[in-house]
Amino acid sequence: MTKKQKKVLYRIIISAVLLAGLMILTPRIGIENKWILLVLYLVPYMIIGYDILRKAALGIYHREVFDENFLMAVATVGALVLGVWKTGDFEESVAVMLFYQIGELFQSCAVGKSRKNITALMDIRPDYANVEGENGLEQVDPEDVEVGTVIIVQPGEKVPIDGTIVEGVSTLNTSALTGESLPREVKAGDEVISGCVNMSGLLKVKTTKEFGESTVSKILDLVENSSMKKAKSENFISKFAKVYTPLVCFAAVAVAVLPPVVNQFILHQAPAWENWIQNALSFLVVSCPCALVISVPLSFFGGIGGASARGILIKGSNYLETLAKVKYMVFDKTGTLTQGVFQVTEICPVGSMTQEDLLSYAAQVESYSNHPISRSLREAYGKEIDNSQISDVEEISGHGVTACVNGMKVAAGNQKLMKQLQLEYSEPQQVGTVVYVAVDGQYAGYILINDVVKENSKKAIAGLKSAGVKKTVMLTGDSRPVAESIAKELNVDEVYSELLPADKVEQVEALLAKKDDAEKLAFVGDGINDAPVLSRADIGIAMGAMGSDAAIEAADVVLMDDDPAKIALAMKISRKTLGIVYQNIVFALAVKIICLLLIAFAGLGMWLAILADVGVMVLAVLNATRALYTKRLAA
Amino acid sequence: MKKTYKIEVDCANCALKMEDAAKATAGVADATVSFMTQKMKVEFDEGADVDTVMKAVAKACKKVEPDCEVFL
Repeated sequence: MTKKQKKVLYRIIISAVLLAGLMILTPRIGIENKWILLVLYLVPYMIIGYDILRKAALGIYHREVFDENFLMAVATVGALVLGVWKTGDFEESVAVMLFYQIGELFQSCAVGKSRKNITALMDIRPDYANVEGENGLEQVDPEDVEVGTVIIVQPGEKVPIDGTIVEGVSTLNTSALTGESLPREVKAGDEVISGCVNMSGLLKVKTTKEFGESTVSKILDLVENSSMKKAKSENFISKFAKVYTPLVCFAAVAVAVLPPVVNQFILHQAPAWENWIQNALSFLVVSCPCALVISVPLSFFGGIGGASARGILIKGSNYLETLAKVKYMVFDKTGTLTQGVFQVTEICPVGSMTQEDLLSYAAQVESYSNHPISRSLREAYGKEIDNSQISDVEEISGHGVTACVNGMKVAAGNQKLMKQLQLEYSEPQQVGTVVYVAVDGQYAGYILINDVVKENSKKAIAGLKSAGVKKTVMLTGDSRPVAESIAKELNVDEVYSELLPADKVEQVEALLAKKDDAEKLAFVGDGINDAPVLSRADIGIAMGAMGSDAAIEAADVVLMDDDPAKIALAMKISRKTLGIVYQNIVFALAVKIICLLLIAFAGLGMWLAILADVGVMVLAVLNATRALYTKRLAA
Repeated sequence: MKKTYKIEVDCANCALKMEDAAKATAGVADATVSFMTQKMKVEFDEGADVDTVMKAVAKACKKVEPDCEVFL
């Protein structure tokens, strides 16, 4: 608790004890003079309520009448006046003030706690960077480190600035950024991003960015500003609060005046002013819109915080809200649903050739080429290639390569090369890029190379379907057969292939035009040259944003790791948060309306009014803090 | 130009009132107050003097919520 909160707590305790004492003692001692009672009860009343009275007075002075301080002041002072005039009942007024303050204290503690929880989740801000100076290691402010400086990251420390490792081997804990608990192995030459925690070895890192441009700064900035973009339901509540309070005040006046007048002049009964004034005062007590006003942003804040703990950064409450309404999910293929890296997926030798030999020939013959296909062959081969064994390398443009390997003439390339060599070859069943290999004028087999589908892609699409997405669409620049086979494998509903970046924008626009306004369209891309599409869609989701500034800037939702299954998780978090928001709105409004009706028609006392008011707020706040806990939601 | 300021405010409704007060201040194009992060983001009109505008904003906020604080 902060100092301020403690002070309020002491005031609550002191005045509660005094109130209880007065309620027990005064009847026993037999004090019946109303004025003496008033003075006695004024002591706990002033202790608990002096600041409210002060604010109410200032409010009137500044012509800001309809605020909760004013309402509480009018209600309690009114009750005291009524006590002197008729009832002789003073404890009610003190109790109302007391409960009100307990409610406020609870609210401020709950908010403080959830704020702390969320900052703890996002505790990635590095405090210093180690730079090697004249007197050994020096700790400096990360902001002062220039690009290109070599910084030292010791085990247990956070990487303060993005950079490349120049020396050292270690494992990094990226969980604060990605929600991924598996540590990442790094060695010299690897890029590291700020915010990761160095777990084992000492690392020397050459910085590639300034602190302000580093991943950690960008993420912190994003999370801290996310509550500035308000959701529709938040705006609704603030508008509602503005109307609600004055409305209840006028209703209170009506309750105080109308029934007695009706009684006196129409029904010719006793007017019973004091009863109706008391009801009106109770009305004022219920009129504070606090439960609503606090619980809605608190829920969104919790939802955004809970999502970032799972490696999903959402740039604003409005996007969290939109996410729940996504019915069309459009994907980019390469790097989003697939890994974007070519890999050997099938080796099919003929005759006496073994798989290993075929791959070895292909890798050797292609060893001079830098083409992604050649690289993937060498990677699949995995062994050192002895260049002295390879001679007479000849690249035939658009066909392939021929070379002498171990004295044998090896050719590797596409169908055209095989046709040129007048060799019979068998075509593979599956789609992909095919490398045919011939050794000594004999067809030896083929190797199939494909962009590999991510492990979770299929699960991700299925998850989205069960999360209520109507249609999944895949856009790609890749060739038709490849695109279609991947779409079939993943159960994507629609595919558009052989698109240029500009065509992707057109496709998304066409989809946007077709759909209903209430149904939202999301585009998921890896952030590389997807920026225009990301910003065109209702909501842009960028994946694998570790270190990609463009993505963080263009997208509305950023997934920190490459896992497409996180999209469905993000939707679940969004649904849960919205669910909580609606529960709170409905619950708080229903309770308030019921209370108002009970007060007006059943003469429910001020005690119950304040209990209902504070109780609703406590429950709403507790419900709102649930939004923070996303651990049990499966990806 | 946009700038973010740290604020101190105790109740959510008061934060809303501060937001309205800030928006109504001359020289302010738009303002948002986040009760949760205790921050105020102010977008200034072109050519407005940030210091004077912010002083006016702080004063306007004090008026609607005497207990608030805007750290300039």
